[in-house]
Amino acid sequence: MAMNNFKKISEIHEAFDSGTLTPIELVHSYFVEMKSNPLNAFITECQDRALAQAEQLTHDLKSKYQGKTPRVAKPLFGIPLGIKDVLTVDGVRTTCASKILEDYIPPYTATAVQKLENAGAITLGKMNMDEFAMGSSNENSAFGPVIHPTHSDRVPGGSSGGSASAVAAKQCFASLGTDTGGSIRLPASFCGIVGMKPTYGRISRYGQIAFASSLDQIGPMTQSVEDAALLCQIMSGEDPLDSTTLNAPVDDWSESVRAEQRRGVSGFSGLRVGVPQEYFIEGIHPEVKNAIDSIIQKMKSQGAEIVSISLPHTQYAVATYYVVAVSEASSNLSRYDGVKFGTRSAAAREAKSLEDFYKKIRANFGSEVKRRIILGTFALSSGYYDAYYRRASQVRRLMRNDFESAFQKVDVIVSPVCPTTAFKLGEKSKNPLQMYLSDIFTIPASLAGLPCISVPIAKDQEGLPIGLHLIAPRLQETLLFKAGALVELLVGGHTS
Amino acid sequence: MNAFQLYGMNVGPDTEWETVIGLEVHVQLATESKIFSQARARLSAGGSVADEMPNANTTPVCAGHPGTLPSLNQKAVEYAVRTGLATQCRINLKSQFARKHYFYPDLPKGYQISQLELPLCEAGHLNIEVGAEGSVMRRIGITRIHMEEDAGKNLHRDGFSLVNLNRAGVPLVEVVSEPDLRTAEEAGAYLRKLYGIVTCIGVCDGNLQEGNFRCDANVSVRPKGCTRFGTRTEIKNVNSFRFVEKAIEVEAERQKQVILMGGEIHQETRLYDAQKNQTFSMRSKEEAQDYRYFPDPDLPPLLLGQDWVDGIRRSLPELPDQKRDRYRAEFGLSKYDSSLLSSSGELARFFEAAAIKVDYAKPVSNLLVGEVTRLLNDSGLELAQTKLVPKQFSDLAALILEQAVSVTAAKQVVGVLFKDGGDVPTLVERLGLKQLNDLRSIEPLIEQLIAANPKQVAEYRSGKEKVLGFFVGQVMKATGGKVNPGSLQELMIKKLKE
Repeated sequence: MAMNNFKKISEIHEAFDSGTLTPIELVHSYFVEMKSNPLNAFITECQDRALAQAEQLTHDLKSKYQGKTPRVAKPLFGIPLGIKDVLTVDGVRTTCASKILEDYIPPYTATAVQKLENAGAITLGKMNMDEFAMGSSNENSAFGPVIHPTHSDRVPGGSSGGSASAVAAKQCFASLGTDTGGSIRLPASFCGIVGMKPTYGRISRYGQIAFASSLDQIGPMTQSVEDAALLCQIMSGEDPLDSTTLNAPVDDWSESVRAEQRRGVSGFSGLRVGVPQEYFIEGIHPEVKNAIDSIIQKMKSQGAEIVSISLPHTQYAVATYYVVAVSEASSNLSRYDGVKFGTRSAAAREAKSLEDFYKKIRANFGSEVKRRIILGTFALSSGYYDAYYRRASQVRRLMRNDFESAFQKVDVIVSPVCPTTAFKLGEKSKNPLQMYLSDIFTIPASLAGLPCISVPIAKDQEGLPIGLHLIAPRLQETLLFKAGALVELLVGGHTS
Repeated sequence: MNAFQLYGMNVGPDTEWETVIGLEVHVQLATESKIFSQARARLSAGGSVADEMPNANTTPVCAGHPGTLPSLNQKAVEYAVRTGLATQCRINLKSQFARKHYFYPDLPKGYQISQLELPLCEAGHLNIEVGAEGSVMRRIGITRIHMEEDAGKNLHRDGFSLVNLNRAGVPLVEVVSEPDLRTAEEAGAYLRKLYGIVTCIGVCDGNLQEGNFRCDANVSVRPKGCTRFGTRTEIKNVNSFRFVEKAIEVEAERQKQVILMGGEIHQETRLYDAQKNQTFSMRSKEEAQDYRYFPDPDLPPLLLGQDWVDGIRRSLPELPDQKRDRYRAEFGLSKYDSSLLSSSGELARFFEAAAIKVDYAKPVSNLLVGEVTRLLNDSGLELAQTKLVPKQFSDLAALILEQAVSVTAAKQVVGVLFKDGGDVPTLVERLGLKQLNDLRSIEPLIEQLIAANPKQVAEYRSGKEKVLGFFVGQVMKATGGKVNPGSLQELMIKKLKE
């Protein structure tokens, strides 16, 4: 077996324990893989930093831990991760895939990344993405598009496209993505891996370069539900540096997954699964629809109770999302004015006035980012605020209520992640509205701040992966991971 | 000029005008760290902004680094609540921070975190005293007090513009008055009263030169009796009480002249040029910014407990008005002196620390209100920037009461202490200012004077008692003011009548 062919953290740790593998050998193997297969998944490779981390761990393993991986103190001991380039790592260039932050080196590390590194994880590099996390195909990167891991004419999905493609192509073991309206779940679905977004406020956003602050969440992208649960539980918790984090207990979710998978698919018995009637719209690809129908049937045959539910405000979701997200983005991106942040191009140095200077700096934004800044600036401007942002916030509350009443009747809600499988490079990039509709199934849970996960369940005729979207009530990650674990079992995924 | 209509009133050369003023005061809160970051917010005691290393007091948060988030300083909230309670405001147990957007190099995030729809404090007031001897009391409404962060500072030098973010993120409260003020004098009294309150309750260091307390004035004029407001202009960032008064006066006069000449007042922002004593236009309403306010998604609504607010209310110290009344009752000070001493927290604390015995109060008050105030005004310094300490004034008061030094000599001592500091007994000794109470040694001097001025002696003896002052003055001059004036007068009369 190739050295980087591990599917689970526990397999790596067993290899460390048996003395057949060291962290340094493992890290090397990923760098070999990423150089041999040019997917453009990495913006910055942190080879020296990663090898230094691995060397220390290899040394510790032999001396301090006497050949036994310290799983309690360092549950991610020696696990090589890709970090989406929207998260800061002290001293490592962090670009947000934008020309405007081309040379930005942050002086601090994001809380979530710090927690993972404290748990023994190794940062292999900073992953490509849509510029400022704005996009669904990873074609909006100033560093070029990311290529789909198995179909080179396809997009990997976005905005966490580099994070998804690299995990699927074994260029890193697992990765961090960020999700504002589907940016973890959609690329996970397109690339055939697990992608999870926790409850809004679970994981500190400190060090996550903001796109839309009231929606942004960090989440894990992994090859198994168990590892998603482990990464998520390590990153979760209240952070004094992020006032929007929640003071809520964090359980051992990975242990819940193992327990569920040991018990087997009988766990479906009595699970109430909601199927929103609004989600099975026209335009949904028949193969996607069939895959979802078939998994629902399988759940039912294992004893799950399938309940048709209604989320009546779903039709407003995309519009609401685009008002909220662009408004917040226009504000969050104000700081890239070239005074402190924003590459000062030669043209800007010749500027004749402060206004001219700002114009020249902001020419460095890509067209999708500019579009959203302009839309957001308009939506927040005096006289329009009530009609747009305030109204959108009200609709958002209604959507939250929709979910709350649905969860009176069901434990989890299922839907497709995306109406289609991975589309072709360039297929939608000229049509923003079509692109925006890719997120139609993932946006409602984002607006409601709910935990959700994408689990691969099938492939279409061309071999492109299809994911199932599961949504749980607020702070019910335990339930979400349990349901995800059962689905994984059902489709013949990993068992322990 | 012909009469014409303005705001539904007839206006002519004889029209009596009224000025309407509302003030917005930015008060820097004296917390150790900034409002949303751990960076240092306060100057060291007696320090100045100019002494601080530029950009030394910053963290990634107040420098607006990508990915950073604000976390609210509880102390700043406490100080803002104190300010609200001391000005009789209602404290909103739920308030909300909002982003106010504008582009300027000293604003690192491209927006200022402020409050708009749900401010922390609302509907307060304070009382001011105006007119002769402060005989007229007026109640001035406070619309709202909200919290926000200060911006940094730009420095333009040698063709470069430099940005210093030490001030970025220093906590502010903005105190917005109702348009209840009618004269520049009232505006000055309001500012002094508010200044007295915020320095007394310890939420502001009160250093005007360093911008701890800054004022914008909204000014309009209308014919007296008119019930609607005229178009107003806003005069920005005037940082001395005197200049605010002058700026309001000249701006009201300018507006009146514009109207009388048939012109119109435009809503605009104006700046006051103290040297020319006139205001000039900075930007018009058309150029006004659209701040695109919206609730800051990084900061959940600020929720306060009633118990916590009540605890702060209980911890409020005696306020300036209460102090003033107590100084009058307890020490028998005049209304003017007690108002002045209570008008700044620093001065009041200094006074109370010096007046450690009841009978010290009057001499200490006389020196502070007279000599020290004059020296401060002349030098432009703050009390804290001088070498003066309360102990010196207790010592001087004791010496005055013992008649060991004269009041004149005490003033001389204060002058030296102000510049060089020092210990009062040593200084009195060194300057030879110990009061002469035993007048035997100056009898020859007096006799000499009487012999040398027969004309004045004759005048006195013929009943022109005023001439006494001449003789006393001559002796004082010759002795450097050291002689006990009471005893001298007595002796002089005796000698003149001999």
